[in-house]
Amino acid sequence: MSYLKSTFRHPESPKNKLGYTEAVYEGALSTLCAGCGHDSVSNSIIKACFELSLEPHKIAKMSGIGCSSKTPAYFLRSSHGFNSVHGRMPSVTTGANMANRDLTYIGISGDGDTASIGMGQFMHLVRRNLNMVYICMNNGVYGLTKGQDSATADIGSASKKGVPNMYEPMDLCELAISLGSGYVARSFSGDKDQLVPLIEGAIKHNGFALIDCISPCVTFNNTGSSTKSYEWVRDHKEATGTIDLVPEEQEITVQQPDKVLETIKLHDGSHLNLHRQPNSLDIKSRESVLIALEEARLKEQVLTGLLYLNTDSKNTHEIINSADKPLNAMGKEELCPGAETLEAINESLR
Amino acid sequence: MRLEAINDFVIRFANVNGTGSASANNMFSKAVFRMGVPVSPKNIFPSNIQGLPTWFEVRVTEKGYLGSRGDVDFVVAINGQTMRSDYDTLVPGGYFLYDSTKSLPRDFKRDDVIEIGIPLTQMCIDNYTNPRQRQLFKNIIYVGALAYLFDMEFEVLTNMVKDQFAKKEKLIPPNIGALELGFNYAKEHFSDTCGLSVQRRDNVGNAIMIDGNSATGLGAIYGGATVCGWYPITPSTSVVEGFEKYAKKFRIDENGKNKYALLQAEDELSAIGMAIGANWMGARGFTATSGPGVSLMSEFLGLAYFAEIPVVLVDVQRSGPSTGMPTRTQQSDVFSCAYASHGDTKQVVLIPCDPADCFEMMAKAFDVADRLQTPVIVLSDLDLGMNDHMSRPFEWDDTREYDRGKVLTAEDLDNMKERWGRYKDIDGDGVGYRTYPGTHPTKGSYFTRGSSHDEYAAYTEDSSVYEENMERLVLKWETAKEVAPHPQIKYRDKDSKVAAIFYGTSAQASYEALDGLEAEGTKINTCRIKSFPFHPDIGRFIEEHDKIFVIEQNRDGQMRSLLINEFNMGTEKMQSILNIDGMPIRARRIKRKIERMLNGEKVSPFTTANSSVEGA
Repeated sequence: MSYLKSTFRHPESPKNKLGYTEAVYEGALSTLCAGCGHDSVSNSIIKACFELSLEPHKIAKMSGIGCSSKTPAYFLRSSHGFNSVHGRMPSVTTGANMANRDLTYIGISGDGDTASIGMGQFMHLVRRNLNMVYICMNNGVYGLTKGQDSATADIGSASKKGVPNMYEPMDLCELAISLGSGYVARSFSGDKDQLVPLIEGAIKHNGFALIDCISPCVTFNNTGSSTKSYEWVRDHKEATGTIDLVPEEQEITVQQPDKVLETIKLHDGSHLNLHRQPNSLDIKSRESVLIALEEARLKEQVLTGLLYLNTDSKNTHEIINSADKPLNAMGKEELCPGAETLEAINESLR
Repeated sequence: MRLEAINDFVIRFANVNGTGSASANNMFSKAVFRMGVPVSPKNIFPSNIQGLPTWFEVRVTEKGYLGSRGDVDFVVAINGQTMRSDYDTLVPGGYFLYDSTKSLPRDFKRDDVIEIGIPLTQMCIDNYTNPRQRQLFKNIIYVGALAYLFDMEFEVLTNMVKDQFAKKEKLIPPNIGALELGFNYAKEHFSDTCGLSVQRRDNVGNAIMIDGNSATGLGAIYGGATVCGWYPITPSTSVVEGFEKYAKKFRIDENGKNKYALLQAEDELSAIGMAIGANWMGARGFTATSGPGVSLMSEFLGLAYFAEIPVVLVDVQRSGPSTGMPTRTQQSDVFSCAYASHGDTKQVVLIPCDPADCFEMMAKAFDVADRLQTPVIVLSDLDLGMNDHMSRPFEWDDTREYDRGKVLTAEDLDNMKERWGRYKDIDGDGVGYRTYPGTHPTKGSYFTRGSSHDEYAAYTEDSSVYEENMERLVLKWETAKEVAPHPQIKYRDKDSKVAAIFYGTSAQASYEALDGLEAEGTKINTCRIKSFPFHPDIGRFIEEHDKIFVIEQNRDGQMRSLLINEFNMGTEKMQSILNIDGMPIRARRIKRKIERMLNGEKVSPFTTANSSVEGA
């Protein structure tokens, strides 16, 4: 692997609305293994933020601990990042979001960080519907500690160690749907065309958005007997449809007229175009999505794409009625009741 | 011989919890306060909702000693389950008020106790039909009887009823009626029985009466806290309830929206995670917990220490270890707070001793945390937090500004000539300059991490860079000694070689014990520790004295060990005086213990009834 990142970029690289090239959204050189799925996800995040013309400094990158949680160093160098403690990214992000509701929060986690040590925090984060994007880079294995099964590994799937997993897997999408998340998607790190619009939709969604992204571990879990290997996922993934995101001011064009097109208006006025097969998954029905996920599992398929969407839910700030102005921008004048009030309080205590 | 005293006695109410006794007992205590006589109430309650024994002790103390005195002069025995032990605890010459609807068991035959039988249950049956009223008014009747027995101003009590039920006027006449029932019964049957009395004085000045936790919550409001993640745990819950109560009053914006975010977390880990995230983002965030929560929060405290993120944590201590006695007091989290988390960590701790301190130190904690960019733990305890205390009033100076510490604005970043490094020590005080996320489009971003990092916040495994960073944190620790509140040192006699060191709720009882000793000619200098890291004055104080009593409420003499460890001296001359029975430490027992220790007797450090002869 290389240890220096090339700074050469095409002089006529396209620019976005802010006049930034995609390079502005990049980060430091990745130190992950060559071919790691996570690097592809990082690139998709870069692409999505570039295409949406987001101000990098108005994004906070949050993560826990693990290979996946290292990736925020490899994208969006002008954003603040917070590599917190194992499994606790949800609470730190919640606090940060409560302090400043105006930023975009992108949380990166892995299957160990989310489905094992962080399961409690993950579930309660979903319940509170915090306005954030939560990407779980899911490879079914603990990489940094060299190859133990994680809680998303399928029964019978074997990593490089060769011992088939004996326990039931967690399905993060099913969990998130049942806990009320309004945006739930599954994707594959190797499918950028699908992943980039899913990330864009997730950023635009008001409330908690989960992308469970199968992201193979080339070193410990890319074996012929693993259900999280590149080959297995490519052979077994089944897209529920495709989406593309149309920002607020653009006109909607129908790109794939052969499929049903549904246009869903998002919180900020942008539109999500959904293309799918007639009579396929109804992404607005929790029941039908849960049934489809179970059926896919029985057929040994990985159902990908936008699985569930509910644009009517309230985010945490809306639930607790917090002020429109970010709390971190309030000073003494707005927060301190002052000496006169305190004297009245004293008097009431005599 | 009966006890005779004016404005100086201890009365203990023995009740069953869940019967409404607490509000009646509080009424009695507040009435004493409103008669201008200092008073110190202590609620001794079980970890239970209904049906178990609970006691409420009120110390009437003309001289204003607010710590626990020790011994009981008057018992109001309403609980059959504990009647025997309540009877036995009375000092000779004490008074025993009981419900004489049923006569006392035959083996209750102390001849040194004055029995006052009032048929409370029968009076309730005769006067009320509703079962709930029968239970509630029983409490009010005995308060009425006490008003007669102690010769109190009856009008003070009736005014309190009027205040209390200002919004439910219907309840005023029956409550006053119940007071009168008790008053008249006592007058008729026990005229000139009681030698204890409460007489109007002007000894409370402008004092207020409030529990420490409410004061802490109010301190958070004044200190500018906006984000609170929390998980319920006795005895800290009322800190957050206090914060919420005041926030609802003072923190609503012009659109009716909240200028605060309060989230009940799924556990303590999440609670402190939220507080840390909020501070990282530039808001003032805090959480409150007790010992078990501190254990759970330790990992995050290490992150905040090493990544240098300010955060305020309130620890209202209770009796440990493990679940311990959740509704009893102790000062046993000194170690777990001072060195919370793995690796080389040290945490700043502020230690209040009364509600005014709770308010002031809580507000101050945010300044200290921002100034030092590190966690600050406000170390209270159950006795301070959950009991009402007479206290100096709260003070706030409107010219006081929040000290947000070293934070760079976009303008600062633009004007900077040298390369900015988050952990670069520019000023030589060990504290770097930080930025809030979202400040500048191209400058000032950095990666916050709990892994080893260089001055620019980049990951490093370079040993020398790691070492330099760890040493800079020691320098910051030195800075903390001046930033945190300084100790309160009092010399009763500059030449005296005997001293006492204490902190938090051990202070009041200690001062009282030492006053008593001074009256008998023994002058002991004192140092009240208000914070950790220890200010150098404490080291000098230890050096100046040959014999030092370290008075605290835990088994292992944790503060004494911390002093020895931090100053690397004093093992021989520092002697522990300890209390671990879950009750506030008592002045009389401290005094007696010191007398014996000064006498050269070999005695156990414990002032507890079970483990030393000072019990009686």
